[in-house]
Amino acid sequence: MSTNDRTSLSRRSLLKASAAGASVLAAPHFFIKGAYAAEYCNMPTGDTVTLGFNVPQTGPYADEGLDELKAFQLAVKHLNGEGDGGALNTFKPSNLKGNGILGKKVAYVSGDTQTKSDAARASAKRMIEKDGALMISGGSSSGVAVAVQSLCQETGVIFMAGLTHSNDTTGKDKRRYGFRHFFNAYMSGQALGPILAQEYGKDRKAYHLTADYTWGWTQEESIKDATEKLGWETVQTVRTPLGAGDFSQYLTPVLNSGADVLILNHYGSDMVNSLRQAVQFGMREKQVNGKDFQIVVPLYSELMAMGAGEAVKGILGTANWNWQLDNDGTKAFAKSFGQEYGQPPSQAAQTCYAQTILYANACETAGEFTPPAVIKALEGFEFEGLGNGKTLYRAEDHQCFKPVLVVKGKENPSNQFDILEVVEVVPTEQVTYDPSIFGGELGPYEVQGC
Amino acid sequence: MVKKVIQKIRKAAISDPDFEVSTRQLPPRGPETKPMTPVDKDWIAIVAFTIIILAMPWWLQPLGAAYPDLMQKFAIYGIFALGFNLLFGLTGYLSFGHAAFLGVGSYAAVWSFKLFTMNIIPAVLFAMLVAGVLAVVIGFISLRRSGIYFSILTLALAQMCYNLAYSVLTPITNGETGLRVLRDDPRYLDAAFGTEHQGVLLGSLFGERMVGYPGFYLCAALLIIAFYIALRIMRSPYGMMLRAIKSNQNRMIYTGFNPRPYMLTIFIISGMYAGLAGALLAITDPLAGAERMQWTASGEVVLMTILGGAGTISGPILGAAIIKYFENIFSALNDSALASAFSFLPHSVQEFVVTILSPFVGEGWHLTLGLLFMVIVIFLPGGIMEGIRRTYRFLRGHGRGSKSQTDLQAAE
Repeated sequence: MSTNDRTSLSRRSLLKASAAGASVLAAPHFFIKGAYAAEYCNMPTGDTVTLGFNVPQTGPYADEGLDELKAFQLAVKHLNGEGDGGALNTFKPSNLKGNGILGKKVAYVSGDTQTKSDAARASAKRMIEKDGALMISGGSSSGVAVAVQSLCQETGVIFMAGLTHSNDTTGKDKRRYGFRHFFNAYMSGQALGPILAQEYGKDRKAYHLTADYTWGWTQEESIKDATEKLGWETVQTVRTPLGAGDFSQYLTPVLNSGADVLILNHYGSDMVNSLRQAVQFGMREKQVNGKDFQIVVPLYSELMAMGAGEAVKGILGTANWNWQLDNDGTKAFAKSFGQEYGQPPSQAAQTCYAQTILYANACETAGEFTPPAVIKALEGFEFEGLGNGKTLYRAEDHQCFKPVLVVKGKENPSNQFDILEVVEVVPTEQVTYDPSIFGGELGPYEVQGC
Repeated sequence: MVKKVIQKIRKAAISDPDFEVSTRQLPPRGPETKPMTPVDKDWIAIVAFTIIILAMPWWLQPLGAAYPDLMQKFAIYGIFALGFNLLFGLTGYLSFGHAAFLGVGSYAAVWSFKLFTMNIIPAVLFAMLVAGVLAVVIGFISLRRSGIYFSILTLALAQMCYNLAYSVLTPITNGETGLRVLRDDPRYLDAAFGTEHQGVLLGSLFGERMVGYPGFYLCAALLIIAFYIALRIMRSPYGMMLRAIKSNQNRMIYTGFNPRPYMLTIFIISGMYAGLAGALLAITDPLAGAERMQWTASGEVVLMTILGGAGTISGPILGAAIIKYFENIFSALNDSALASAFSFLPHSVQEFVVTILSPFVGEGWHLTLGLLFMVIVIFLPGGIMEGIRRTYRFLRGHGRGSKSQTDLQAAE
């Protein structure tokens, strides 16, 4: 290993190697230039158009994710003119023709977000860079939605958010290329507040347990504001890590705090665990300050309610949609989903189905796939027949406005899917807000692209 | 005196099969060729490695992995595993908290973007510095113990870092949501030089935005440099000292050496490698999340190293690539993709095959990875590199003289 040895590598081989290295280094740019010269990212050239469905298949929101994937597959089927067409028959105003999008057959790729921002972005990048996805949809966590949405803005690919309830998604982190059909925490607060006051009275003391990320923070804030306006007092707010599993250490202090309402800003399996444990602790039989102790779940999910079983009975919360709603869009979609998979769809599934249909329709309306045209077709679009009644895609923040459901765990469910009953359908006007209250800016229509 | 001892150790090393990687002599290749020295082999290894890495966009094409993001990940996690292997492979100290350095490197790089400039050079340097400082602290504490106690200490400290990043230090790390580069960040250096940023904020090297293929070539270049440095460390007298620590620390102490400074130094170097990898993650995608520091991420780098072959120079890089490949490609296979892959079979057979295989792909990619890991650990304790070496020996035993030099280098 002396220096003499080192020179024994012949000069010639070193030269050869460096020449080879240099040509290798230069060549990809040469070949790839053409591919990257396209003005917009992944414009479809063949006879298919690829959509990317990025859902959590592992982690605390995996149940939702798999249900979302089912809805996406159903939407693709319906767009391609297979199956019974589902809510495509009730959706209006519709430009869809049932032969794919703009005559191109819809294909899809799927990926696992793992409910982690890093993994979700890696998965979305794969869809964009490798699979040529024209649009990314899905996700069941606001942290992921915000992360993927900003990635999509960078690359110029439209992101149709799945289940994301944080105010930030269309608030301070809104993006020109991101759209949300689902409702948000602010709307939950506005819808739920009056019902809570009506059911539980105006002098309550609330204790919040909150999932420690963007969705939990904004939901806690929204519910706190809404209830405090009604005269409630907030005793304490405690943040719990996502996917904690065991919540007993957070639940124990609740009963000694003097609070008489527990608000669980949790979702997915976190919700199942914390709600179950709270019920096991006997909280619902307790009397505090001379009143019955109550538990509130501001954001409900059917899958979560199924997981929590008996524990959800009589517990109030809000939902974006329920399969038992009495309107044509809901019936058509629930029937089609039920025939395909043997169970009713969740609200996560419905929002993903609606998003896919809305995107496809916007492409048809625009008559082209270029993102700026599609975005303009979606902005300010008013429609009905996808299950939520009259809905507006507001242009200022890309948020959908539609009635919000206040739901309650059913006392006497007739079957395993009949878990929630709709207490009230809160009209759109009551949950509408000024887009400027959350700040943020949408950014440009034209981006450099991938 | 020191030299003598080193020579002694080296001699011992040559006769010890454990050290085969570093000093294994080539068998005589016929009377007319001069036997190659280890240094020759190193140069060939580096050149071959450079070519293999830079040619990834082509040879990964049939595997469906030739897209910038995944190749960036290959290179970045290659650096991470390479650094981890310097510690684990050479000294045998199994750190179970290496992801802490990766995460801290990412945070430091994003903060450099936020506070100083979007240029990546300060980001990389700052990230390595911060990771190095953290390595001094963690190393100083945990290197007081060895074996399982060392592993547990590093694991505990790394989990502490993770929990700090996740909740307590939310103002610095933005908790679960992750730290992002925002338009209204100060960026004092850019402001001082009057650099304006158009469009999306991305790390750049003198105007070239480090995403896509430029991002990959940046990571690849740094991987090659990291590879070279790792090789030099392994071959140096210092590397020999580290091996001595692994084989018999007591004997080393008796000869008058204090292993602690050596250990701490390699721990810091290893931490800085991880910091560099973390910085590159933040450069190619300006976002830093706490999940990068979680113990699963620390476990992942251990898996990568053992899968590829601990103590070998290129094994960990190979292991990193395999795990990232599984995570990104296998997890994306769904039933319809499987069905089309087996469409050449008769329909009933195709359905059967798809049913059998579907639990192993898509959300079941962890299962496949676990099985692969078990097979490797049981049958090839030296990792995939051992497998390659065995295959090479087997082939050489059968077809003597027909082997070319490149085959050997692939095995190295």
